[in-house]
Amino acid sequence: MSEPGPGAAVPAAEVEEPAAAPPGPEARPAGRFRALGGRALVPVLSILTAFVVGALVIVFSDPETLRLFTSDPVAALQRAVEQVASAYSALVSGALGSPTQIAGALASGDGKQIARAFVPISETVLNATPLIFTGLSVALGFRSGLFNIGAEGQLYLGAIFATFVGFSLSGLPLVIHLPLAILAGFAGGALWGFIPGFLKARTGAHEVIVTIMLNYTAYRLLDWILKTSVFQRVGRNDPISKVVEESAAFPRFVGDAALRANWSTVVALLAAIAVSWLLFRSIRGFEFRAVGLNPGAARYAGMNIGRTVILTMIICGGLAGLAGTAHVLGPSRTLTPGFSPGWGFDGIAVALIGGSRPLGVVLAALLFGALRAGATPMQAATGIPIDLVVVIQALVIMFVAAPALVRGIYRLRTTQVTGTEVFAKGWGA
Amino acid sequence: MKLELRGISKRFPGVIANDGVDLLVQPGEIHALLGENGAGKSTLMNVLYGLYRPDEGEVLVDDAAVHFQGPGDAIRAGIGMVHQHFMLVPVFTVAENVTLGIESTRGPLRFLDRPDARRRIVEVSERHGFHLEPDAVVEDLPVGIRQRVEIVKALYRRSEVLILDEPTAVLTPQEDEELFGVMRSLAAAGTSIIFITHKLNEVLEIADRITVLRRGKVVGTTLPAETDENELARMMVGRPVQLQVTKPEARPGEPVLEVRGLTVLDDRGHVAVAGVDLTVRAGEIVAVAGVQGNGQTELVEAITGMRTAIAGEVEIGGRLLRLEPRRVMAAGVGHVPEDRLEEGLVTGFTVAENLILNSYYLKPFSDGLQLKRDAILATATELVGQYDVRTPTIFNDVGNLSGGNQQKVIVAREFSRPLRLLVAAQPTRGLDVGSIEYIHRRIVEKRDEGTAVVIVSTELDEILALGDRIAVMYQGRIVDILDPAEATPERLGLLMGGSGEAGAGAARNGASPGAAMAAGTTEGEA
Repeated sequence: MSEPGPGAAVPAAEVEEPAAAPPGPEARPAGRFRALGGRALVPVLSILTAFVVGALVIVFSDPETLRLFTSDPVAALQRAVEQVASAYSALVSGALGSPTQIAGALASGDGKQIARAFVPISETVLNATPLIFTGLSVALGFRSGLFNIGAEGQLYLGAIFATFVGFSLSGLPLVIHLPLAILAGFAGGALWGFIPGFLKARTGAHEVIVTIMLNYTAYRLLDWILKTSVFQRVGRNDPISKVVEESAAFPRFVGDAALRANWSTVVALLAAIAVSWLLFRSIRGFEFRAVGLNPGAARYAGMNIGRTVILTMIICGGLAGLAGTAHVLGPSRTLTPGFSPGWGFDGIAVALIGGSRPLGVVLAALLFGALRAGATPMQAATGIPIDLVVVIQALVIMFVAAPALVRGIYRLRTTQVTGTEVFAKGWGA
Repeated sequence: MKLELRGISKRFPGVIANDGVDLLVQPGEIHALLGENGAGKSTLMNVLYGLYRPDEGEVLVDDAAVHFQGPGDAIRAGIGMVHQHFMLVPVFTVAENVTLGIESTRGPLRFLDRPDARRRIVEVSERHGFHLEPDAVVEDLPVGIRQRVEIVKALYRRSEVLILDEPTAVLTPQEDEELFGVMRSLAAAGTSIIFITHKLNEVLEIADRITVLRRGKVVGTTLPAETDENELARMMVGRPVQLQVTKPEARPGEPVLEVRGLTVLDDRGHVAVAGVDLTVRAGEIVAVAGVQGNGQTELVEAITGMRTAIAGEVEIGGRLLRLEPRRVMAAGVGHVPEDRLEEGLVTGFTVAENLILNSYYLKPFSDGLQLKRDAILATATELVGQYDVRTPTIFNDVGNLSGGNQQKVIVAREFSRPLRLLVAAQPTRGLDVGSIEYIHRRIVEKRDEGTAVVIVSTELDEILALGDRIAVMYQGRIVDILDPAEATPERLGLLMGGSGEAGAGAARNGASPGAAMAAGTTEGEA
């Protein structure tokens, strides 16, 4: 995941050995840290602020607390603090587990108990995995100046292809079958990404419109395909596919039935490294970024813009396809209609919060995964509805999208923002 | 209105943009503010216009201190600004643009009162001989007229001090003269004008008083009668400047570029280049003169592969070429594009990345798959030193450099390859004298190395300084090719305006005589 590499897109302070940089060597690590910190500052503060506002939502949505405020403000305040503390601690332990439980389980040496203690982390990682894929997909598009809203449809296509390869072949060893199924998943998404890429390159059709339309097409395609004899499970009338062979399923990290985290997460991290290499080390990535920042100059430099757009969309689609693949070859082992809870769209938020950088995308996806994993235990423990998590997610996105607001709240020195800048920078990076 | 700036200082992190600047502008005075890029002119004007608050010092209007919180305060105090990049809504009419934000209304529901607005605009514009058509849509107007819309916009807001930020940067020589007429008329009517520029001849021609800034400080204030271009240049740059390019006699060799019957369409599908023939030899500079919009842009774009020609052929180094940017570059052509931010550079990329923008895929910068970081950094470091690009490091965003240094990045990239042909469009547009001197010297060096050079420029000074032969374009044709000895500014001006002696020109370059005879006026005289 390391820092994106060559002198390339990277601001000065971040590169390890700038041959020409005048500042002394001792100044560099600090500078490097500051550059990284500077980039992460707004997202981190946005998350913090979202949780603060979320706490206010908890307090003000409770009629009992509100009533107490008029009669006994001290008690009301006490109740508010307790509520927020219990909700957030339930959220955190639901997402990461509780340290005492983990310690106790490890001390007991009982396999079952240890497994149970690690369920929250396992669920967080599992929930984050599709988001890493869709986040990378959208981030890569942003970098190339494309707004891929089609990750949702692309992930369905990837799931269809992966499922087909997963159940139709049998008798293959895992080392062959699983990679084949993964490749099929990538190819399915890539096909769905190729269409808007090709249309944009050849006819100028805007990728936003085309990808939105292809999302609907993908939903319906999935509905239809699950009713065909090729896909529909024998003996079933409802739309559900045949079961993916064991040899095409992602093995779990641990054999225990409670821990659903599996090797798809490793594939996701490898994909992040691959995207990082592609964007910042390869000559194709140089073209992607040049086209994204200034198509006119890219053309002047002899780059083929149409080809770059098509290639970008193919890779974007493939990455999103892997999100669906991770689901059908992972916990689900089967294909059902509308199985995605909006991973494709959450990918946009993840890419935005991650600053369209692979490392940022992974971290943002883990945050979203943790929120989702912690939401249900929180509701069970405190009665505060799962929707709070949605509110917090929405607030994070809102604050990240309005950095001036965050800088204003924390009185950070602002770089002057002009109207044109806002429009020119647009989405993403 | 009398305007005074006293001891203005403005600091940015790491930079002192203004350092105790004093400026006094008398009513009805044209006061030129002269300085290189980065000397602090824009900062000073932004302070005056209320965009920045000064760290020290004060602004006095008619001897009373004022504190502007924003441009709104400045406008109310009677200060108007015409930005270099116009602030107009292209799809609105002249009247709509002028009244934008202060529309005349009537009735309790505040309906727009268009007739009233129109009447007042016509009144303001006629008073100064602008002849603006209030119902014309701005995007249909030539640049010179748009600038007048900006000026009327300021006057409509009752500005008594007008700041013109490099107003001539976008104008043709003819339009320059018209603008100067307008400025004189405004000054005579009592409007004070602050005229920001780095063009020395203009300053001497139009200004009543000249203040020179260098590195945020006032170097001096002087009168046009008491100074000359050399002294002003020395004040601006801080050292004596070679204003005239000294170049040895050209020794033309073999033809390198042969353009035959080239016909090119512009963006709207109109014929922009109409069957042009042109030959450029090794070791000579052919300077293409012309009023903006007479096909020079499209000619360069076609030769460099940026725009597809519909007819004709181009031979480079004796070989017929399929015109695509990458093939053209591989044939040994360097291209300094007309618009450095639209085409020449990727802002958001580092200086290093921009230096390999069109060779990133070649050895030693890549192995065909990956970028070779060490080679890229080594080359970038070397070029930055060799071409004197002033940047803190090669990892800085090229968008944060001054215009002159941005252009040097392009020059470094294009000139450092072995070149057969160099095509440079507006190579010094918007640059200060120091940078212009530098780039001109480099171009002549390239010529003396035996490169064929094509320069396209709307600056007559540049054409005359560099050209070994001068081609004049008018309405898509080369109407004449002159020897610099016989090319006076007057004669060039006439040819550029379309009223050349047809016979001589046509005979020399084989263009159809009809084109040269087409007598016409320039766009600016609408």
